[in-house]
Amino acid sequence: MAIRKNNAFSDEAIADFVYLDHAASTPMRQEAIEAMTPFMSGIYANPSGSHRFSRIARKAIDEARDDVAEILGCKVGEVVFTSGGTEGDNAAIFGAARRRAGIAVCSAAEHHAVLHCVENLKGQVVGVDATGVIDVAELERVLQQAQSTDDPSDRVSVVSVMAVNNEVGSISPLRQVAKVVRANAPDAVLHTDAVQATCWQDLREISKLVDVLSVSAHKFGGPKGMGITVQRLGLEIDPLIVGGGQERDRRSGTHNVAGIMATAAALRATDTTRDAEVARVTKLRDALVDGVMSQLDDVVETVPRDKRVAGIAHICIAGCESESVLYLLDEAMICASAASACASGAMEPSHVLTAMGVDKKYSMGALRMSLGHTTTEGEIDRAISALVGVVRQLRRNKVKA
Amino acid sequence: MKVLVAMSGGVDSSVAAAELIDQGHEVVGVTMRLWGGESDTGCCSVSDVDDARRVAQQLGIDHLVFNFSDDFNEHVVAPYVQAHVDGITPNPCIECNRHLKFDRLSERARDLGFDAVATGHHAQVSRGDDGVYRLTRGHDQLKDQSYVVYMLDQTELAFTMFPVGHMTKAQVRDRAVALGLRTATKPDSQDVCFISRTGGRETFLGNRIEFRKAAVVTSDGVAAGAVEALELVTIGQRRGLGLPGGGPKQFVVDVDTPNARVVIGNEDQLLRDGLAVNNVMWANVSPVVGQKVLVQSSAHGAAVAATVEHVSDAVAADGVGSQRIGGANLVLRFDVAQRRIAPGQSIVCYDVTNSFVLGGGIAEAINPTKN
Repeated sequence: MAIRKNNAFSDEAIADFVYLDHAASTPMRQEAIEAMTPFMSGIYANPSGSHRFSRIARKAIDEARDDVAEILGCKVGEVVFTSGGTEGDNAAIFGAARRRAGIAVCSAAEHHAVLHCVENLKGQVVGVDATGVIDVAELERVLQQAQSTDDPSDRVSVVSVMAVNNEVGSISPLRQVAKVVRANAPDAVLHTDAVQATCWQDLREISKLVDVLSVSAHKFGGPKGMGITVQRLGLEIDPLIVGGGQERDRRSGTHNVAGIMATAAALRATDTTRDAEVARVTKLRDALVDGVMSQLDDVVETVPRDKRVAGIAHICIAGCESESVLYLLDEAMICASAASACASGAMEPSHVLTAMGVDKKYSMGALRMSLGHTTTEGEIDRAISALVGVVRQLRRNKVKA
Repeated sequence: MKVLVAMSGGVDSSVAAAELIDQGHEVVGVTMRLWGGESDTGCCSVSDVDDARRVAQQLGIDHLVFNFSDDFNEHVVAPYVQAHVDGITPNPCIECNRHLKFDRLSERARDLGFDAVATGHHAQVSRGDDGVYRLTRGHDQLKDQSYVVYMLDQTELAFTMFPVGHMTKAQVRDRAVALGLRTATKPDSQDVCFISRTGGRETFLGNRIEFRKAAVVTSDGVAAGAVEALELVTIGQRRGLGLPGGGPKQFVVDVDTPNARVVIGNEDQLLRDGLAVNNVMWANVSPVVGQKVLVQSSAHGAAVAATVEHVSDAVAADGVGSQRIGGANLVLRFDVAQRRIAPGQSIVCYDVTNSFVLGGGIAEAINPTKN
């Protein structure tokens, strides 16, 4: 037997996918690819250098930063380019915890990039309601109790609450969260992981509520390995990565010039088209969920539509297991997901659905289909018919067994 | 056929996948994620999953990972811990085969439209002219694993393939080398996958249960020593009993869990001429009373001659183990008395030519000696 080479996918094969996993990663926007290309070949100088070649690269970054600041609703000096959402979350939480005494607090439905930081610091996790958003009353109790202690190390150093949940898509009441944090723990750093918000919400509204905000470029059409953190001027938090002092000592390491250019271009394109995209994608998402639910019994929409962003359709299918649904969808060329995958690639039971108190009968059949800027009506039609077929097949087999 | 091959990241299952591809099957590889805890020997550590995935990529087949850790905990790890509390010596690898590979995984494979599940076990399935499936020993006598998959009935045998069962281990490794597979020289797994080599069984159990101190007594009730952990004592054990040196060899002949006593005796006191077996499964039909069989009671132990003295589907009324485990009951009478087998061990009956599995069950606590 001849050893076959690794499954190589042609462009045609990829074009045949129905891609409903945009919340995991969305295709790069053409504007982003075009913006980065010159910096991967011609303009290779290190932007921190003193010669004119460096200055060309430096100018590009400065312009990109201006753009980003406008879109994120912050000052230019508040923009920090990072390697992605995970770095942004880690830097905010560990950075705050290192600089000031007190515990870290987050919601039970946070992404692991936040949750594991807080757990690592032996912080406190606040429960969520049935839609997956933080229980603000419980947060208030936690803050009041912590702040009433005499020992500063028992007070609160940082609160991290995501803007949009990455699994079920629910939108956090950040305005209320901010109010409660400012009133009860005025010295605490308030951070938000806004990774899943960028495509669907105007971040100008969010950034003004918090001290630190982090986003990830590949979720909005930029490249993987790039992120942006907005860090309020004058905020004292320690850098996670030290070295050459780039990004005003807040994040050392040679600038990823091409990545920064692509990120800024993708963010600009996202911002310009956002209103139209939200309307378009909401319609597609509703058609997808309606199409599936009208043909199948015992399927529930995990979070009401008015409580979540346009891009995420999250349903729970009774009597099916997520891994089986995903495998059969994959066979039908439909890319979707369930919860988060662990290092081995196995699907982990969702901590988000557990925190929301979803009945196991439903949570074991969780399915996230996330839409994005390339999603078409044709894809939605194919996904509906494939998913209906898959669920019917699995339920038929269960009855036989 | 469409075959789902369980790939542990070891050499046998790697070559099993290659054999199936050669035979013209449509093959998909899967690694089961079973244990989320600490382990260095694990069949489901990330590095083993990496190995399985890289082999699948080399062979040009899809590779999946299924998370069955809840089932593994429920059916393998929790009963393993409870068995030690109950004074029973479990075999977790067999329970994993019973509940995970040939139940959970095969059920999943059926759901997904596969025609068969394959593993890298050294055993063989054949189908006779009468249409009956037989589980026969692996071609490599030293590596035969029919003992650990004895629970397969006709339905499961019809759905199961062992693509390396006809090969010797040396042939398997040669094949892996010839294919350039990265698992070619990987050592065989030896230990319980969820227990780390550094901590061992004692640490694993000690983190989960409170050990009971126990007196070590002779069969006449004379105090002879003491152990710190009754739960770690097994029938036939000789060391770690706090006994003074010298004198005739002493063995654990009984573990009296309710009274926290370990009974020791000489080798003769360890001998039994019969054995009760619980929770039996037969590959096809159950044997009949008076039938001669060969009995194997450990993974690589020799099979010894015995006669079926009793076989029934009813639960033995007085069986301690039968109440715990449930299921049918079997009594075997050995031709030559054998050292007592620890309750909880799997007992597998082979035909008199020692070539195929009739079925088997779990050695239980009751002990039908004639005296």
